[in-house]
Amino acid sequence: MRVELDEPKCVASGQCVMAAPEVFDQRDEDGIAFVLDEKPPADLLDDVREAVAICPAAAIRLVDR
Amino acid sequence: MRRIVVVGASAAGLAAAETLRREGYEGTLTLIGDEPLAPYDRPPLSKQLLAAEWEPGRLALRAPDDLTALGLDLRLGVAAAGLRLADRTVELADGSEVPYSGLIVATGVRPRRLPGEGAHVLRTLDDALTLRERLTPGRHLVVVGAGFLGAEAAAVAWRLGARVTLLEPAPVPMAHAVGTEVGAVLTRAHLERGVDLRCGVTVTEVTEGGVRLADGELIEADEVLVAIGSLPNTEWLDGSGLALGDGVVCDEYCEAARKVYAAGDVARWHNRLFGTSMRVEHRTNAAEQGMAAARNLLRPDARKPFAPVPYFWSDQYDMKIQAYGFLRGHDEVAVVDGDLAERRFVALYRTGDRVSGALAVGMPPKAIRLWRQAVATAAVWRETVRAEVSATEA
Repeated sequence: MRVELDEPKCVASGQCVMAAPEVFDQRDEDGIAFVLDEKPPADLLDDVREAVAICPAAAIRLVDR
Repeated sequence: MRRIVVVGASAAGLAAAETLRREGYEGTLTLIGDEPLAPYDRPPLSKQLLAAEWEPGRLALRAPDDLTALGLDLRLGVAAAGLRLADRTVELADGSEVPYSGLIVATGVRPRRLPGEGAHVLRTLDDALTLRERLTPGRHLVVVGAGFLGAEAAAVAWRLGARVTLLEPAPVPMAHAVGTEVGAVLTRAHLERGVDLRCGVTVTEVTEGGVRLADGELIEADEVLVAIGSLPNTEWLDGSGLALGDGVVCDEYCEAARKVYAAGDVARWHNRLFGTSMRVEHRTNAAEQGMAAARNLLRPDARKPFAPVPYFWSDQYDMKIQAYGFLRGHDEVAVVDGDLAERRFVALYRTGDRVSGALAVGMPPKAIRLWRQAVATAAVWRETVRAEVSATEA
């Protein structure tokens, strides 16, 4: 499974960082999120799915590949 | 459960439906939406969509494949018209009936309007597309209501070259939510750009060619946008037996009646963290509450109180405003980081002896999360705010 982040959609809420801190972080200058681990291990996938669901910009996808 | 029905196909309803599937629910899942469109996102309506930076396709909340994968019985373009609790049935506007074993109400809100014809509101994709067609350079837009929605629309209209007048009944816009000093600072961004802000004026009606104020004055406008708040969509539940009172009244688990939950803008529930009943019209709350309602419906023996830290953001010009907590009714505001005048700051809110909210503009994310933590733990104010930080209001 691969994590995709649509950066221009990101609103810098930081919800993903709170849901999955091992997978997401935010840039200091503007708070825009970035992916730390594009192919997270299986034990982190539930956290990533939580981040997908909770992202207020619908900017994150978990794709099967 | 054989069939779960989710009424409302926007952020809260979609989050509920997705969560039900993620948590292993395999029965029939009916998602009902009054708009004909697949679930789409609303915050960009007053931002990128209105500014014509994005086209409608970008607002889709889920890719078509992801939506299909949910295996929904999707009923779009038909509103719910009634609820019969006793026989667990939702009645639709087209006359059909949908029985349920579990129900999630997520019918959201609609804009409050003013008497008179011809004004815009900003809630649906149609609303935003109609308004943006009219926002050409030199047009005069009058925005009634300088809350967050009105202020965002004013900022976009200004950028598009429109002449903007912003009318607000309160002495300081947004003061009831963020406090007088912070409200004044946020307002300055509009004044500096030449937006004609008039506070302390009440608009009584929309007229041909403008709006009329309570004192009789007519303010001319090419376009009028009314942004004076919202009303929860609960009429279809009148007489159903559900408790209604500025929203669907729920307990701390978001339960409104047996096997009936509510989520999103329409839900009023008891938030244990703040010890108060609240109804929150924030995008993040819609998703969080949809998820919580779904889980509690599915696992009655392992229910969890829904006690989130509400969060919202607003983009106006170059400002990103972010706020955590429940700021309404606060007793005191203190700037704990940065500088108000530079519009780079964190303001902390006190209710009783606790930290109840934090609002940040232009601050790094780690700083904001730190203060969010103070809200999430209901930190004691005296121990959180250093003595040398001067309180800005009493």
